Amino acid sequence: MIVDRRNTVVGWLLLAVLMVVTLLPFVSMFTSALFPSGSYPIGISWPADPHWGNFIAAFKAADMGVMLESSVLIVLGVVPISVLIATLAGFAIGHLRVRGGQVAFVLFLVGLTLPLEGVIVPLYYEVRSFGLLGSRWAIILPLIGLFMPFAVYWMRAHFVTAPSELSEAARVDGASTWQLFWRIHVPLARPALTSLAILLSVWTWNQFLLAIVLVDNPTNRTMAGALGAFQGQWGTDIPLLNAGSLLILAPTLLLFLAFQRHFVTALLQGSLKG
Amino acid sequence: MNRNYAPAPAAGAQQQATAPRAHRARGASHRYWGFVAPALVAYGAFVLWPIVQTVRYSFTNWDGVTRATWAGTSNYRTVFTNGQLLGVIGHSFQLIAYFSVIPIVLGLAVATVMRRVVSSRMSSVARVVLFLPQVVPLVAAGIAWNWMLSTTGAVDQILQKVGLGSLAHSWLGDFSTALPAVGVIGAWVLLGLCIVLLLAGMTKIDVSLYEAAQLDGAGPVREFWSVTLPGIRQELGVCVTVTVIAALSAFDIVYISTQGGPGTSTMVPGLEIYQLAFYNRQMGLASALAVVLMLLVLVCILPIQWYVRRGSDR
Repeated sequence: MIVDRRNTVVGWLLLAVLMVVTLLPFVSMFTSALFPSGSYPIGISWPADPHWGNFIAAFKAADMGVMLESSVLIVLGVVPISVLIATLAGFAIGHLRVRGGQVAFVLFLVGLTLPLEGVIVPLYYEVRSFGLLGSRWAIILPLIGLFMPFAVYWMRAHFVTAPSELSEAARVDGASTWQLFWRIHVPLARPALTSLAILLSVWTWNQFLLAIVLVDNPTNRTMAGALGAFQGQWGTDIPLLNAGSLLILAPTLLLFLAFQRHFVTALLQGSLKG
Repeated sequence: MNRNYAPAPAAGAQQQATAPRAHRARGASHRYWGFVAPALVAYGAFVLWPIVQTVRYSFTNWDGVTRATWAGTSNYRTVFTNGQLLGVIGHSFQLIAYFSVIPIVLGLAVATVMRRVVSSRMSSVARVVLFLPQVVPLVAAGIAWNWMLSTTGAVDQILQKVGLGSLAHSWLGDFSTALPAVGVIGAWVLLGLCIVLLLAGMTKIDVSLYEAAQLDGAGPVREFWSVTLPGIRQELGVCVTVTVIAALSAFDIVYISTQGGPGTSTMVPGLEIYQLAFYNRQMGLASALAVVLMLLVLVCILPIQWYVRRGSDR
């Protein structure tokens, strides 16, 4: 009992310390963002006269409205298509057991560990040959392909456990494969689909390397790519840089806090399966 | 025929493994390839084809503009003999120590201590806080830590407060501390994921196993090795896999916090590929390094996966 209680205290203390360490960088960003633009704040300290206007200045300097719109467009381009085609493939491999599906599945698995840097050079020339360099499609199309290993893996794992009696019953009632898919299995797969959509959205939003290599203009980039450009431009102005970074973080942070349960579950399952 | 449909949804994985279970010999099951085709096309166009191309480029000398010339294996020889490039690969192994070892050891410590306590589930506040670094872009983590670790940043400020002011310096600007500092950023990013995963794994372990171990006279250490570790093998495997991949393919954090400097003290393969290709216009050498990186990840991950899945029912 006493040992347990001591363990409890030690455990919570350790956890509390780690939580503080996790939050420290955000706190340090926030307090220094309130110092006068161009000044040199020291560590974590509260300014005598907080400059809330820095956030407005950073919003204008970073062209935030345009960036938000661009990121949303990219997510809308990537996520629905990725989820749809991965679900179709996962259904055929996991549930319909298409002949040779295992071969396709192993092929997809190969891509699970692929570091993006490994293919960035040919991707650049490929996208250039399509004439898409600099446009949002330069990020959207490659990302769809790059997400396939994980997305197909994820959806297959769901469909492998989908009860086959259901399909049998539907077939007896004369349902076509297409109806079977849309009317029965897609509705049943909703939790898996939601988690997948959340994960892919976050990964798209945070995609950096594709954005800086394939798109020169920050206003056509993802949020992370735009943040990189913002750092390049305002890197020496610590209050403004931190204010801008926080603004760029804000949408993700708000979404995360709003849907935290979904996020945490999705990320946990995602890493367990991946 | 239809009787082959044994109601065994939970055993789906094995069912698949013993494949030719005449799962209704669908004569026309080829037509379902239409379902797989779109995903396969996207994957082929933007993953498989580029992999093939990377391998092809790696055997050429090419500046990206003029005609490429055949280079044989000279690019690979450069990767394995050039001291700087070898150093770059060495850095990514050093990063594993920070990206993987720190989060996993801390995660194991927290989870072991809290296992009994938190069987009720960790408070959602803690989970949200610990997961924050997983959600924000790595670029933002890089910017935040770049500022934290500068001479006027919070780290030096705290060191001075606790009387360790002599240690304070520009962590990312010093040749000897830059790589560890980058490693700490990565550890910060991955810590929460490891804690939550390992704790989730430990709370699943049957309490009676611990009681049995205690009856047999096992101390805490013995308990940890013979009950806890085997019980969380899968979660541990995930932590190792995720963190090792993150370490080997690190790019965003390094790009933002140090650009590989000072000198080349924090240069990692990902950033080196980027600079070789898009600044030095050495597509062949960049591609050879890219092939080496892809193989390196596979060589590190496959044994881990093999070990984790061996004997487990997945």
